[in-house]
Amino acid sequence: MTVVPVISSVVAGTAQGRLVVSPAPLSFWGGYDAATGEVIDRRHPLSGQRLGGCVLALPWTRGSSTTTAILLEAVRLGNAPAAILLPKVDTFIALASVVAHELYGRGFPVLVVEPSVLAGLDGTVVQCEEHPTHHG
Amino acid sequence: MRLRDRDEAMLGGEMGPATALAMKIVSRMGRIAGAPRLIDITHAHIDSTIFVGDAGLEFAERLASLGARVVVPSSLNVSGVDEHHWGEWPVASEWASKAHRQMVAYRSMGTTETWTCAPYQTQARPSFGQQIAWGESNAIVFANSVIGARTERYPDLYDVCAAITGRVPEVGLHTDAGRRGHVLITMTGVPHRLQELDEFYPVLGFLIGRLADDRIPVVEGLTVRPTDDQLKAFGATAASSGSVALFHLVGITPEAPTTAAAFGGLSPEVTHHVGMPELLDARRQLTTNADAPVNLVLLGSPHFSIDEFRQLAPLLRGRRKADSVEFLVTTSRIMRTLAADTGMLRDLEAFGGRITVDTCVLATPMLPPTITTIMTNSGKYAYYVPGLLSRQVVYGSLEDCVESAVQGRVVRDDHAWSVA
Repeated sequence: MTVVPVISSVVAGTAQGRLVVSPAPLSFWGGYDAATGEVIDRRHPLSGQRLGGCVLALPWTRGSSTTTAILLEAVRLGNAPAAILLPKVDTFIALASVVAHELYGRGFPVLVVEPSVLAGLDGTVVQCEEHPTHHG
Repeated sequence: MRLRDRDEAMLGGEMGPATALAMKIVSRMGRIAGAPRLIDITHAHIDSTIFVGDAGLEFAERLASLGARVVVPSSLNVSGVDEHHWGEWPVASEWASKAHRQMVAYRSMGTTETWTCAPYQTQARPSFGQQIAWGESNAIVFANSVIGARTERYPDLYDVCAAITGRVPEVGLHTDAGRRGHVLITMTGVPHRLQELDEFYPVLGFLIGRLADDRIPVVEGLTVRPTDDQLKAFGATAASSGSVALFHLVGITPEAPTTAAAFGGLSPEVTHHVGMPELLDARRQLTTNADAPVNLVLLGSPHFSIDEFRQLAPLLRGRRKADSVEFLVTTSRIMRTLAADTGMLRDLEAFGGRITVDTCVLATPMLPPTITTIMTNSGKYAYYVPGLLSRQVVYGSLEDCVESAVQGRVVRDDHAWSVA
């Protein structure tokens, strides 16, 4: 299993799962079904895929400010990604995990990675470790 | 990040447990964003009102039960249910009940009950340079771009924490440096006549959102001065197809008197040249199936304004929609009241049209399964309908929408798009 080199932790934690590298940004509202973990944006390249429990690499979030509420609901229902990897800090994603920790005592790690380190790993099971550099 | 004594007092619970929870979240988000400090805001627009599941409701009721009160004037975005009319549609009572509990929770915090995604068309409209914390992507982009107020993209759950504390991290779009353009988009060869049409702006917005992604676009080459409603439609669509929270239209929006000013003296990271081929492709992408039998004509995302009612009413007079088509306008209570006072609601009802307030079809599960194809003049509806509602969508002008409702089939006048 490959260990993903993490640059910094936005929301700390460790995770393991199948890596899904999204080639396009995603709005979770209108793009993600919290009840199933399925990508439902029919214009999105991952349309139809289920991402619950996956390590999801996103370029950034698009669109609706309801993204955070959908991700929080996905945490509640156990259908959130195991971790979300981003090339830079994303408020929408980070907030969902921060509030999930406040409300349910569990969130998901949000980690900054250099996108090129994911080349060739899409679809494989990866491990994400804590990183000593914390944003929050 | 440095906290002021008052911030520390909030964090320590001196202003009560709800404020402490809200400040814990705001200050943590400030550290995550790398902010040097928190700053005061003078207005909030709370998008957390949208009901999407139990988690958001639990958060709202937790805050309310802890005695949360907003400390700045705070307007409310759409909710998950039309409070007094949901029974006219097949909305499940369990959904209505939970969505209503969420409305009650936010109502209890001392907010202003606008229940609209277009707060900038109410008295909640901010002014140039005002520091605010707004949720709702279309409201954010309008406040920043058209008005020149300053807000980051505040997601649900964050906006209410900002309203309760009156504080936000000083980062991004709150700062001069964060408002400079990144991407130059030069538009050429687009007929002036097309630019005058309302139906041009959602298409341009879809294209610009795709090109800008999460960067700030600067668009040059418009030869007309768009109306507020055209800018509303442009921004709402750009904030759907991309993450646009601020755009500059050179010579039109307040922070872009010139291209150089819009970039704050720096050079564009990238330049895109667009014209009719790109616009025609964007227009095609707003429609999933133009041949399906339309059974709902849908107007009002963002919420229909009184000016839009003024455009619509004369198109409806003396006509009636086909029995096979529903005709629905989504708007706010205040706009419905204005439309009723001016007699325009009567025109809509005589046509066979209906109205929904407080919410919209994307935020409340109100449509019966018999509705399979939706026609709309809204780029935001066109963007989200296929994914959120699993329905086909057809994009057309306001006139096309009315004509299609009358004839009971999709009718589109492509003339303005074919002259190029």
